[in-house]
This record gives sequence, C-alpha cells and structure tokens, in this order.
Amino acid sequence: MKYLRRRAIHGVLLLFGVSVLCFLFSDLAPGSFFDEMKLNPQISPSTVAALRSQYGLDQPLALRYFLWMKSVARGDWGYSFAYNAPVRSLLVVRARNTMILTTTATLLAWLIAIPLGIWVADCAGRLQDRLAMAGTSVLLAVPELVLVLALLYWIVRTHALPVGGMASPNADSLALWAKLRDLAAHLVVPVATLVLASLPILLRHVRASIIEVLRAPFIQAARGHGIGRARLLFRYALPAAANPMISLFGLSIAGLLSGSLLVEVIMGWPGLGPLLLEASISRDIHVVVGAVMASTLFMILGSFLADVMLLVVDPRVRLD
Amino acid sequence: MRTLLDPVPTGASPLLSVRGLTVRYGGPHAAPALSCLNLDIAHGEIVGVLGESGSGKSTLALSISGLLPSKTCIEGSILFRGQDLRQLEESGWQEIRGAKISAMFQEPGLALSPVMRVGDQIAEVIRAHRPTARNRLKQECLQALTEVCMPEADRIYNSYPHQLSGGQLHRVVMAQALACQPDLVIADEPTRSLDVTIQAEILDLLRSVRRKFGCALIFITHNPALLAGFADRVLVMYGGRIVEHGPVTQVFQRPFHPYTKGLLQLIPSSSAREGLARMTRLPAIPGSLSDADRLTRGCVFEPRCSARIARCQSKFPDESTPEPDRRVSCFNHGI
Amino acid sequence: MGSEHAARLALAPSLVRARGLSKRFAQRQSFSRKEFLVDALTEVDLDLPSQCLTTLVGESGCGKSTLASCLAMLERPDRGEIWLEDRDLTRLSPRDQRKLRPNIQMVFQDSAGALNPRFSAAEIIMEPLEIQRQGTRKDLRARACDWMAEVGLSPDWADRRPLEFSGGQRQRLAIARAIALKPKLLILDESLSGLDLSTQAQILNLLLDLQAEHCLTCLLISHDLTLVGQVADFVLVMQQGRIVESGPRAEIFRRPQHPHTQQLLASSRVAESAFRAAAGGRS
Repeated sequence: MKYLRRRAIHGVLLLFGVSVLCFLFSDLAPGSFFDEMKLNPQISPSTVAALRSQYGLDQPLALRYFLWMKSVARGDWGYSFAYNAPVRSLLVVRARNTMILTTTATLLAWLIAIPLGIWVADCAGRLQDRLAMAGTSVLLAVPELVLVLALLYWIVRTHALPVGGMASPNADSLALWAKLRDLAAHLVVPVATLVLASLPILLRHVRASIIEVLRAPFIQAARGHGIGRARLLFRYALPAAANPMISLFGLSIAGLLSGSLLVEVIMGWPGLGPLLLEASISRDIHVVVGAVMASTLFMILGSFLADVMLLVVDPRVRLD
Repeated sequence: MRTLLDPVPTGASPLLSVRGLTVRYGGPHAAPALSCLNLDIAHGEIVGVLGESGSGKSTLALSISGLLPSKTCIEGSILFRGQDLRQLEESGWQEIRGAKISAMFQEPGLALSPVMRVGDQIAEVIRAHRPTARNRLKQECLQALTEVCMPEADRIYNSYPHQLSGGQLHRVVMAQALACQPDLVIADEPTRSLDVTIQAEILDLLRSVRRKFGCALIFITHNPALLAGFADRVLVMYGGRIVEHGPVTQVFQRPFHPYTKGLLQLIPSSSAREGLARMTRLPAIPGSLSDADRLTRGCVFEPRCSARIARCQSKFPDESTPEPDRRVSCFNHGI
Repeated sequence: MGSEHAARLALAPSLVRARGLSKRFAQRQSFSRKEFLVDALTEVDLDLPSQCLTTLVGESGCGKSTLASCLAMLERPDRGEIWLEDRDLTRLSPRDQRKLRPNIQMVFQDSAGALNPRFSAAEIIMEPLEIQRQGTRKDLRARACDWMAEVGLSPDWADRRPLEFSGGQRQRLAIARAIALKPKLLILDESLSGLDLSTQAQILNLLLDLQAEHCLTCLLISHDLTLVGQVADFVLVMQQGRIVESGPRAEIFRRPQHPHTQQLLASSRVAESAFRAAAGGRS
C-alpha cells in the first residue's frame, strides 16, 4: 500500500514537472499565435496587441503558468485560440478518437502476439520459427510511414475501404449498427498499420521469454509428470514468462495516446495527433500543453498499471 | 492399491526389463552415454544405482521416463509391464509419466514452477491422469501431502515454492511423484547438497512411503553410504555401463569390481571414525572419465584401474557370475 | 604421521584469531517498510591454527558463509575483531585492507557462478595476479599454466572456458585462482558439496598436498563430515550464529559435548553405521 501511495505521489510530481517544461519550451519557441495575423495587412498592429493582452500573452511566463495552474485546478484547461473553444472539450473528443484507434490496435496486436509467440517458441529452430523471424525482421525494417502509404495506395486502387477519416459523410444519419460498421471500415487501415508496426517487437519478446522459460528445469519436471504440451505451454510456461511481457504491456499502455500520431495524420483520423501537430505549428499554447499532459498522464498510468500487474501475477514480488 | 504385504507371485515377469539399451547424444557416431545396458526390476523392489557424474545414471533415468531430447540415438528395448516403451508416441508417454512411472530429480526448488501454488502443482499432476472434480482434487492433494508427513498440509497447499524450506520442497516433490500412485519411482540424486540431518529424514520418508505404497524405487546416487540399509540391490555404473550388480549387503561386504572397491574404500571405516587415526591422504581413485575413454573397445574403467591387465584394453569384459545372484564385468576381479 | 603430527598440532600458533564477532542483517520485503532482523553471527570466537586444516560444520543457515565472508574481508562485522597474525583486519582502512587481501583467499560453493564464463582458464588464474600487479601478461600466463599443472589440470586446457570443464575440474580451477596469490589462509565455503564422492576425495587430497607444499592454513566449511572428518586437524561446530563446540578432531569425534555436535555426528553416522552393518564390520 505504501508503495502504491509513493508511486502516486511520484506521478503527480512528474506531471507537474512536465507541465513546467512544456510551458517553458513553448515560450522558448519564437512568436505566438497571433504572429500570423501580423502578416495580414488588413489587421492593424494595435488590434494584434489588444488581442494579445486580452489573452494574457503579454504577461510574464511565471504568471501565466500560475494562472494556468489555478484554472486547471478548477477543471478549466485553458482556451484554444485556433478553435475558439475550451481546450478540455477539444481534448476529450480527440483523445476519445485516438483511444478508439489505439486500444483496438493494441488489443489486437497483443491478442495475436501471445498465442503466435508461444506457438513459434514451441517450434523454435524449425521452419515455422525461421519464417516468423524473417517476417518480423522485414516488418521491423519497414518504416511505419511506408506501411501506411502502401495500405493507402492499395485501398485507393481497389476502393475496398474508405480512404480516410473516421466516419463517412452520411454517418450521422445511419442506424447504430450501420454506424458501427462504418466505423469499423474506417478503422481497418489505421489499425492494420499500427498492428503491423508493433507486432514484430511484441512477437519477438514473447518468443524470447517463452524460449527462456522452456529451458527451466520445472518444465522438464512437469513433462516428467505427464502434463500435456498445451497445458505445459499455457499453464506453466506463460505465467512464468509473464514478467518481461508485463513491462512491455505497460509500455503499450503508455503509448496509447502518443504512439499513433503519424498514422492519424496521414489517414486523417481526427485524433490527438493532428490536433497536437496543428497546435504546435500555430503556437496554440494551451492545446499543446493540454495534449502533452494527457499523453504524460497515460505514460504514468501505463507504468503504474504494469507494476500493479507484476504484484498480482508474480508471487515472489508480492507483499506477504 | 497394492502394498508390500501383497504377495508378489514368484516367477512373475519383472516390472521393468531393459535390454541392450544404448544411448548416444549428438548423432550415431558420438560417444555413447549408455552402452548395452541390461536391467530387470521386480515389483516393489528398491534398486540403487551407484555411479559418479558421467556414468550415465541420469541418462538411464531420462530414458526410462522418455525425457531424452528428440535427436538422441536410442537402441535397445525398454519393456514396462510387457509393453515396449520405445514404441510409444508422445501421447502414450503422457499416460505413463506421472501415473505409472514417476520421477524425482535433483534440486526440488527448481522442479517446481515459481509462480504457481504448490497445491496447484500437485493438482495438475492428478488432473493430467484422472479427470477429477475440483473439490475432490483438493482433498487428494492434501492427502498426498499428509502421506509425506507434512504437518500443516493446508498452509503448504497454499504456499509458493519460495516460501518453503529445502526439506519441505523435497517432500512436496515426493508428494507430486506419488500423487497417482505409480508402479515405479525414479529418484535421481534426491539428497544432493542437502544437509546431513535432512538427508537422513528424506531417506526415512522414502522408506516409509515405499512400504505404504509398494512401488518399486530406483534410487540414483554417488554415495554408497546412502544405499546401505536402504536398497535391496545395487547396480554400479561407470562410463555408461553396469560394471557390477548384486544384493547390497553382498556387494558392500565383498566388492568384485575395482571401481566398486575404490568407491567403498572412501567410506570411513570404524577405526578412523573413532578418532584413532587421522588420514593424511584419502584413498581416492586417480584420474577421471573423459569422452575418449567411452569410445574405447576395451574396458571403460581401464585407464584408472589399479588391477588392469593387458586384455582390458582390447575388449569390454562380458558379464560373469562369480557367485549366484551377482554379476560383474571384469577380467581381473580377483576371485 | 602420528606423534610428530600431534606435536605440531599442540604447538601450532594461531594464524587468524577472531573475538566477539557479531553481524546482523536487516532484511526487507520488497515494497514494504517492515524489516526482519537476522542475527547471522553472535559473539563468535575462533582460532585457526597455522598450517592446519580446520573444518567448520553446521546446518544451512547457521552463519558459516557469513563468518567466511567476514574473515575474507568481504563483509564487515558489526562488532568484534579479527586478527591476522598481528593486524586487526576490522580496523583497517580500505586501502590497507587491499594490501592484505592476497593473504586470505576464498573458494566458493558454486564454481560455475564464481568463475567468469567469458574468461579462459588461464585468464581466470591471471586475473588476481593482474589486479595485484604482479608481472607482465606473458609472465603471468606462464605462471597460470604452472598453477594449472599444480592443481591437476592439463596446461593444454589453458584456453578453455570454465563451462567446458566438469564440476570437479572447475573447483580445481577456482583453487588455482585462489592460491595464485600465495595466500596464508585459504577458505573453502562448501566447495565440495555437489561433487561426487570420488571427486571430493581427489580435491581433498589436492588440498592436503597444497597445504604441505605451500604452508597453507585451510578453513573448510562443510555440512557433511563423511570425508572431511577423516582428514581435518580441528573441528568447529556452529549453530545459529554461534560456535557451540571446537577442538581437535579426535576429541570431537570421540567425545562430542554439545547436543548439536552429537546430532550432526549421529546423522552422518546413520547412513554409515548401516553401511558398516551391511559391510559386516569390514575395516
């Protein structure tokens, strides 16, 4: 219990630190949101200055940070200049979209990696294993960008699936079931890309852990007691090999909000990625800070979850 | 369930019958780990296998349980209750292992999964051979633990291996091996690296358990002192061959083979024990077994033997029977 | 043997003397503040007579390894003194300790774990010599090969890795590494457990030879008296962090005083008395 409390405190401190750094770096970047307007001859400099002071951008950094902290404590995460809306509602919508994409992809990747990894570890050294290793090497070498572009090219050519976005133009008018089917159709390519990008690493880790465990004496002893192969793999080998896989799972969770930026941008998926990209370029500072904080929060939650899972799964680590 | 009191019909066929067993790891031209082994084990008897590292005793244990790696070259036959184990597929082996032939290996701490409760691991063995209801399963596990004299069987049932002491782990592994009441139990150096006090306890336990269940036991060790008063017969192995064979008392009283004589000389005799004589040097057998020795056409022990003669290099001695019920493979056993 | 050995025993000065050694460990469960205090050593006094083989026996967990670590300066006792001839090891600064380290060397139980698997046999023996800066690499390699021959390993195997050796050969290598620095005291912490009986006998003979050749004092820690009990000069019996009995071998075997000593002797005798009965009193 004390351990969990300590981790929670560390998490809060980390969030605090990240927010400070975020503000600092955003301020270091030259210019502000309203600089674009300066280029527009129809807007007078005094209007720009007035806008700047209205949004408090002429105040010193520390004060701005303090004010931001105060409003975050109240639940108000700031205001987006570009979208003219509170950051919070923006983030919630976009984060939800990203989560739909990444959660599906992560679950799918793990659901494939574990049984496949176990099967491949069982036939270590044989043809299936070597093919799998060759396949994962190729996938590791191909950049995510190439993968998504290749898939995009294919669907543009074959018109098999929607080319981008999250929903078809007529989505609102569809019934629930049809809406879900539409969503699924849009999910296929981005999820496929993310799965293909993360699967090789997961597969290799699972395979390596299982191979390591299969060498242990207790597996031999269990075999000597007549335990069948399938039970040996899933009931004996997998739990014992769980530790490194749990740490990896924690990393997967950590990347739920931040790992899909490229895919979202290219496929036009309305998630956190494109929002962060636009906001960074236009110096929409509150959006940037808000998005980064959300990603950091997930990273902390991810590693925390991994630790809790380790406590649950491995009795040697547990508090007695 | 059979006990030792049930009469074994005389002239009954042996429980385990091994003929001409030759095992080579690493291909048909590698040095043999076991050569032309012949062995019979009757129902309910305790057979001691005596030998040092490299004598092939662990290979023998693995062969009888079918746990040799798939690329091993095996020749010969292993008949268990008349059935040739060499013909078995993996599914056939799974039925035999744990239920009819059970093994206990060294280091019980490593023989148990570190992330499963001990009771669950015993339950798995029972489940693998007899479909049993969940609550019955726990009862049987607790009973198995009580059979091996574990107090607080309930607490042990729920513990993990790292929470138990060495002696307790040994008992758990024994409970696992005996859970399905097998006909043959192979114990491969079960007391290695154990404290002397716990060694004595484990031997007592094996004795009492065997009396209760009537199973045959193959006890593999490198220390002859453990077999005295325990085993019925002893097989002395060296370099993959059985060099001497006979009832324990007779072999220890009057060993024939030079290797057996060498081993037995190491056990302290009464005079030194009473502290009258301190030895300045132990009567160790010089040298050690190397792979090259195994490939020889002659006797495997010849390079280290103090009683060697010219014939020993050219041919491995056939088994001779200097006394009834005793066999030795030596040209110069001095009788 | 006989009278001159007995005379030597009686006159043997102590090479190492320890007084009042105490060491306590605090064990903490992971993720918890609860601490368990373990008294590994409590007021241990011992004398190791020079050029004699002393054996320290006791059950697992009685503190033998902790005692060995303290004597070898690998751990610092909480209280007490350890005198090597005329210097108190517990009061030395790390730099002075380093100078004295060649005098006390240790051989461990798990030879595979104690030898660096990436080094060759010769490199393993050369390592302590290099650390103490005792010569050029070529010199040291030649000396390493000499030591290998001395412990019964063929110098042709100088480039083999430890895992290519058998258990007994690895322990010989570990012994060679330990005596390469010509120590005065050699501590063997359960180095014979896990070896075959015949190999144990060979290694004990090797130790006796080395002891005579190099005037070594040996402390052999063991839980099994079968073989060691035949060749030791002195016996120390330990139980739960204390030395409960000590004395010349003959005395301890003939008239053990402390119940724990009696128990240890009885256990190792159970198997052996059965053996003697089976062997019909063969002597």
